[in-house]
Amino acid sequence: MARRRDRTQQLASRAVQIGFLLAVLALWYAATNFWGVNHLLLPNPVTVFHQLVDVLKSGQFLPDLRVTATEFVVAFLLAMASGTLVGFFVSRSPYWIRVFEPLFAGINSIPIILLLPLYVLFFGLGAASKIAIGATISFFPIVLSTVAGFGNVDRMLVTAARSMGASDYQLFRYVLVPAALPVILSGLRIGFTVALLSILGSETIASLAGLGHQIVQLAENMEMAQMFAYVVFVLAITALLNVLVSRLEARGRRHG
Amino acid sequence: MTSIQSHGAATTVRPRQSGDPTVDSRFRGNERIDGARRFLLRHPGVVRLGVVVLMLLVWESAARFFMDPLFISPPSRVFASLGAVLDTEGVPNALRLTFFELAVGFAISVAVGLPLGLAIGLEPFARRSFMPIVLLIYGMPKITILPLFILVFGIGPESKIAFGVAHGIFPIIVTVVAGVQNLKPILLVSARSMGAGRWHILRWVIFPHMIPSFFAGMRLGMSGVLLGVLLAELYVSTAGIGYFTTMFTENFQPTKLFGLIAMLAAMAIVLNEIVRRAEHRFSRWR
Repeated sequence: MARRRDRTQQLASRAVQIGFLLAVLALWYAATNFWGVNHLLLPNPVTVFHQLVDVLKSGQFLPDLRVTATEFVVAFLLAMASGTLVGFFVSRSPYWIRVFEPLFAGINSIPIILLLPLYVLFFGLGAASKIAIGATISFFPIVLSTVAGFGNVDRMLVTAARSMGASDYQLFRYVLVPAALPVILSGLRIGFTVALLSILGSETIASLAGLGHQIVQLAENMEMAQMFAYVVFVLAITALLNVLVSRLEARGRRHG
Repeated sequence: MTSIQSHGAATTVRPRQSGDPTVDSRFRGNERIDGARRFLLRHPGVVRLGVVVLMLLVWESAARFFMDPLFISPPSRVFASLGAVLDTEGVPNALRLTFFELAVGFAISVAVGLPLGLAIGLEPFARRSFMPIVLLIYGMPKITILPLFILVFGIGPESKIAFGVAHGIFPIIVTVVAGVQNLKPILLVSARSMGAGRWHILRWVIFPHMIPSFFAGMRLGMSGVLLGVLLAELYVSTAGIGYFTTMFTENFQPTKLFGLIAMLAAMAIVLNEIVRRAEHRFSRWR
């Protein structure tokens, strides 16, 4: 009985969610078609859909997607490598944790995007400044979670492994990494999200190419339907990536 | 060459590390080094300060001797120029305007996010239905629709406030929902059986219970609003700080640019610290 009620409730919430989305779409449609909302502000959803199909079919999004994806991959890999490495070495001594952890946490709490003008000044308007700011911003959550992960490994586990004669490598591979992995993974996930956000953000603010740049260009040329199509495209990609990363994280936790 | 080991119990296996709190025997002979070592070990904050000073020194020498003065300015000069930055026509007003945008954006985020969070969190059905939608919107890179905010709200402070709210409101909703969700049902049941009405339950059971998560949400909301306002300011601005950062960058005045950014960073740190203190203070009753 209880299970059946759960199922109906679940179906009902699904219905509410779908209803909500449909209502938003209906409002959008009604606003543009019947209530005379300016098409320069809010294009018709049908037009947007046609534009989206057009953009996808013609493949005109590819160059921008390539730029953004390259920037993102390089930035995230840099942040991941440096963050886990620095975090690991800091976590090896409780003393260094106490020295560095507040420093990292303090820097992490200020919006680093403020420094974007400086990055543009140093690295130019091209991809280098985006990579640099993305890597900087996602470095901090990664290093913080790595320090927390390796720093809080249960001492009993380490002692037990040592007393059974584990070598440095064995201790690292079979005790420290599995114990720290869940925390590090959640840091990597946050780093992933903020790297994506900051790269799209810096592309929007000052850039020469990339998806963010393209959206701004279209907005400035008042090609709203196409701009909406690009926005939908980018949102879909990020939503997909987020789902993918959540899956990976969950799998990493189980197998860690 | 740091060896892989944890501290304490396992340390007997190998020689002590520099970070070990017990004093190393190598220095027994020298009382003064010994004392300094002890002092540093007991006060990691001093070493932390040392690291910061070292980084400033690296920056200073790099800026003075190795790099193009058009692009970078040594910290000593930046610090000395803070007064000049504040004297620049319009900068005090820009700072005031940005602060105003922040305050209004934060107030709106809390005023809307808190009731919404309560409404969603207190009703299990609403939570199951609307939380996925909230999380979906929370996870979206809202920066992609920033041009739209400008089109709708103009390039003045309104668009910055609106964009700040778009970033600040969702973390508040999510944490409030999480805070209400953790409420033990037994507390609600016992309050009800003692004859508490809806308002009483809200005031004396739910509200005290969710204070810690409420303040955690305020902190996240504050950094969200800060991020949103600054992004919008940097994107386009007629009078706020975004205008001046662009101007200083384009005119190659790194000293003023660094000074302005340092001031904004200080503002961000202070705001963050205020909310963090409040969070700490109001969650002490537990």
